[in-house]
Amino acid sequence: MSEVRVQREDFDPGAEIAALDGMYGAIGAIASFIGLVRGDNGLAAMTLDHYPGMCESEIAAHVAEAKTRWPIVAVRIVHRVGRLTPGERIVFVGVASAHRQAAFQAAEFLMDYLKTRAPFWKLEEREAGATWVEARSEDDESVKRWH
Amino acid sequence: MVRTPRVAPVHGLKEQRETQVKLLYFAWVRQKTGIAEEEIAAPSSVTTVAALVDFLRGRGPGYEAAFRDLKLLRVAVNRQHHGFDAPVGPDDEVAFFPPVTGG
Repeated sequence: MSEVRVQREDFDPGAEIAALDGMYGAIGAIASFIGLVRGDNGLAAMTLDHYPGMCESEIAAHVAEAKTRWPIVAVRIVHRVGRLTPGERIVFVGVASAHRQAAFQAAEFLMDYLKTRAPFWKLEEREAGATWVEARSEDDESVKRWH
Repeated sequence: MVRTPRVAPVHGLKEQRETQVKLLYFAWVRQKTGIAEEEIAAPSSVTTVAALVDFLRGRGPGYEAAFRDLKLLRVAVNRQHHGFDAPVGPDDEVAFFPPVTGG
């Protein structure tokens, strides 16, 4: 069971985690990750641009890939788009599995692929103006460990 | 009724047919082209993303600027990541964008 959502609205991390829990019985561990807007270097806001349709299909493909690698019971991924200010939540990744190691690893795998493959782009607003964030080579390096 | 035998199209023969493709631009690529999406009729000689890019460059300074350095660009054909050597055919959806920065 998995759910992938791309939305403008905020999400409730507790509700997302609770949705991974319950009714299964097979779950021994839930690992979750929440990404927030960091307000460093005078960041006023960031706007998330995205490719509707491809975001969902690209993430779903990596969820399917994760399921072939780890014994995952359930996955929930929520990614926000639109204009967000420092402190706001951007992304939620939650993985439920029988054991913690699979849950931790699958959550990291999904975040690494989300950052390097899912078609989202960040436009940062500062006093000096707005600039598109450039891809980080560290993220490309990070994803290589799963190859 | 006498039928003329069907002849396979010969390469080099001037064909009137054009390739209809849907184009999408994201992030700074969209800012340079000045448009988020469009449907265009490319010459039938356009059969790869690279050939499509060459065709698009001729459409104005905004396109020229957007496609100046292909190392800065990524491509999706029908919502799948591809390289510039990927084939393009009628009714394909081709998207151009910088490397992704979500998460």
